[in-house]
Amino acid sequence: MSAALATQTPNAIAAGLVIDLALLTLLFIVAVNIARQRHLFAAVMLSGIYSLLSAAFFVSLDAVDVAFTEAAVGAGISTVLMLGGMLLTARREKPVSPRRAPVAFIVVTLVGAALVYASVDMPPFGSADAPANRYIGEEYVQRTPKEIAVPNVVTAVLASYRGFDTMGETTVIFTAGLAVILLLGIGSARGGRAVRDKEEEE
Amino acid sequence: MIMFAAAAAALLAAMALALARAFAGPSLSDRVLAGNSFGTKTVLLIGVMGFVAGRPDFLDIALLYALLNFVATIAILKFFRYRTLARGLGAEPEFKEAAPNSGEAP
Repeated sequence: MSAALATQTPNAIAAGLVIDLALLTLLFIVAVNIARQRHLFAAVMLSGIYSLLSAAFFVSLDAVDVAFTEAAVGAGISTVLMLGGMLLTARREKPVSPRRAPVAFIVVTLVGAALVYASVDMPPFGSADAPANRYIGEEYVQRTPKEIAVPNVVTAVLASYRGFDTMGETTVIFTAGLAVILLLGIGSARGGRAVRDKEEEE
Repeated sequence: MIMFAAAAAALLAAMALALARAFAGPSLSDRVLAGNSFGTKTVLLIGVMGFVAGRPDFLDIALLYALLNFVATIAILKFFRYRTLARGLGAEPEFKEAAPNSGEAP
């Protein structure tokens, strides 16, 4: 909502903040439940819900393109991919030895603390003096209406100014897709399994 | 404005209820349905958020989410019935033991 802050009434800003906080709380609850869930199908469905929630949060932060990607990839494709992987394994996660839990907890806490520490140095949210909003970013905002003539500056940057970069990213994603198909096996995408292939040979 | 804020609060409460069902389960269809209705609530919340922020252009995005949510639910259900996506919807299920509501299969 940073771009529209100037035109909003204080009430609208407060309502947006409350919605953001509620979304973050729900995200936290879902994340804790995914970690505690032993039933793999439930974990897959919950991760889809997590993606939907974070997509809604991204929309409220004005990052609409990121939200699109999150909803399409997180809630759509990766749910189906994880189901495909789940069909090849057990339905339940094996219980983890309780002795390993504290180590994992310490590592997660340390990483989280490092991230929070790093975020202290970031410029304030929506600040006009932030490096991202000056120099080249300003240039893009000024040039896009004249040179590309699309309303969304991010689209212009991704598809035109950095077109080659996007093409390289597409190649990377294609390669990742190939790797996933190799891991799951082309048979699983078509419904075949190694076990069934043997039956067919007999 | 107050109406939209109240609508957002109601939607968040409904999301929390759908979440509770997704956590508790117990059957597979409970969870699929909880995920699907959670997606619907997200679509509605994005629409309401657009009006709260004074920019109803977000409605287009909400529409696209509705489409995605629908396709994803169909894909999940189809995957559980046929164990694959490359198969017509009218075909016989390949694995009879995996009925759509058996969340506790081997």
